[in-house]
Amino acid sequence: MARAASPRRKAITTLAAWSVGLLIFFPILWTMLTSFKTEATAIADPPVFLFFDWTLENYSVVQERSDYMRFLWNSIIIAGGSTILGIIVAVPAAWAMAFVPGRRTKDILLWMLSTKMLPAVGVLYPMYLIFIQMGLLDTRIGLTIVLMLVNLPIIVWMLYTYFKEIPGEILEAARMDGATLKEEILYVLTPMAIPGIASTLLLNVILAWNEAFWTLNLTAAKAAPLTAFIASYSSPEGLFYAKLSAASTMAIAPILILGWFSQKQLVRGLTFGAVK
Amino acid sequence: MATQHSRSAARIMMAPAVILLLGWMLVPLAMTLLFSFKQYLPLRGGDLGWVGFENYVRFVSSSAFWPSVQATLVIVGGVLAITICFGVLLAMLLDQPFWGQGIVRILVIAPFFVMPTVSALVWKNMFMDPVNGLFAHLWKFFGADPVVWLSEAPLFSIVLIVSWQWLPFATLILLTAIQSLDSEQLEASEMDGAPPLKRFWFIILPHLSRAITVVLLIQTIFLLSIFAEIFVTTQGSFGTRTLTYLIFQRVLESQNVGLGSAGGVYAIILANIVAIFLMRIVGKNLDA
Repeated sequence: MARAASPRRKAITTLAAWSVGLLIFFPILWTMLTSFKTEATAIADPPVFLFFDWTLENYSVVQERSDYMRFLWNSIIIAGGSTILGIIVAVPAAWAMAFVPGRRTKDILLWMLSTKMLPAVGVLYPMYLIFIQMGLLDTRIGLTIVLMLVNLPIIVWMLYTYFKEIPGEILEAARMDGATLKEEILYVLTPMAIPGIASTLLLNVILAWNEAFWTLNLTAAKAAPLTAFIASYSSPEGLFYAKLSAASTMAIAPILILGWFSQKQLVRGLTFGAVK
Repeated sequence: MATQHSRSAARIMMAPAVILLLGWMLVPLAMTLLFSFKQYLPLRGGDLGWVGFENYVRFVSSSAFWPSVQATLVIVGGVLAITICFGVLLAMLLDQPFWGQGIVRILVIAPFFVMPTVSALVWKNMFMDPVNGLFAHLWKFFGADPVVWLSEAPLFSIVLIVSWQWLPFATLILLTAIQSLDSEQLEASEMDGAPPLKRFWFIILPHLSRAITVVLLIQTIFLLSIFAEIFVTTQGSFGTRTLTYLIFQRVLESQNVGLGSAGGVYAIILANIVAIFLMRIVGKNLDA
């Protein structure tokens, strides 16, 4: 709304908005602060907010004791791998649906979306069984494939909406100018499609990174990503707030940063174009 | 543009995605259906033959079924009510001009990017712990007895955690929708002397109705299958065993695959009922 607000009104809105924003963000802030405390300060009564001896000790302890790097690496491989695989499969499909729409294109799109609605728990045992039979249980490759399939509908859908925005006339013009199909794809379409592909990549890495049904149920020790690593902290073992916070901060920091870049895509990606 | 040649090329390009998703959908689904009609106990004799609809009957007549339906309804309903009400208010607030819009937006959106296991554990330990949690300190500060959140108010606690995770999503989508509202219409109504409440009720809310429906449907689908939040907090005790969690326990903990699969089929049917409505809206948008 482009209305000129009075300075007073703007000041009040600013105060309200910042209060609410900080309140919502507070659990994350608190976790980050606690990660720099000693275990004793972490449970101090009354709680200390800013004025304590900052320490990095927890981070090194978490790494030493639980081999954080291995879980991080698993998360990167699984989230990155499943997204890249998904994009490789989805780009041609979305391309075809956007530029050569047939009578059934819409039905196919909606059907793909409907597979996303299948509750995971409904097919838990079959997947478990298939994984055991194929020796995929607790492997990165198995989880990568499952997460690729879980996110494939969103990837296809997002790419489709981006490709749809590329005007078809440009292709026709290129063809008139004598561009071959290969040139057309390489020099005309690809440059225009890259921003859309990048946004799709970003959002789906985030979704795969945070996925916490299959990652908890289909991994044990070897292929466990950060979601499972954090869940292993749920059994209380004495004083551990600071370490839990350090582990949590490390698990969410990379994705928070990526997430902030992908706010806009979030709406498009998760509402399947139903809200613009 | 759509020549016979390009059509067949298009078909080949779509094939991998379609075949993969078809397999992903049909193979496990067929297996679940198959198991649901069998007495199947992997650790106690394996496949013990066909039992017809017995599993379906047993699943709904077990003493755990209705409480789990109730827990599911309370959690889904509670989270939807909180996220949509606060989401609308928050979206309207963030739509106003103020200093630091970009930063506040980032603060508000952040919880959505926190992985479910992290948010559940952080809330469970650092906020809801009856001894060292921040809530306990706050309660003591005001002279009240600390609450043992996860056993005394388990459903409320889960609703709070999940709402915190989903409020950003609702807010962001509703904000996007509000921003597309024609400001001239609002100004005109303002000049006509419509009070703020009336403006909200007759102009803003109708404009948001579609976005609200979309948020409602999408969140319902995701909320019906929340898992990690319960897995790391109460493990389904204290009446927080949702339908999803009950099926999980039947299948993996008590290894009664037949019974769990029948539950799975119920869950799939339930999710599909919601999905049909969502698809209608999305489908309509495709035509536009």
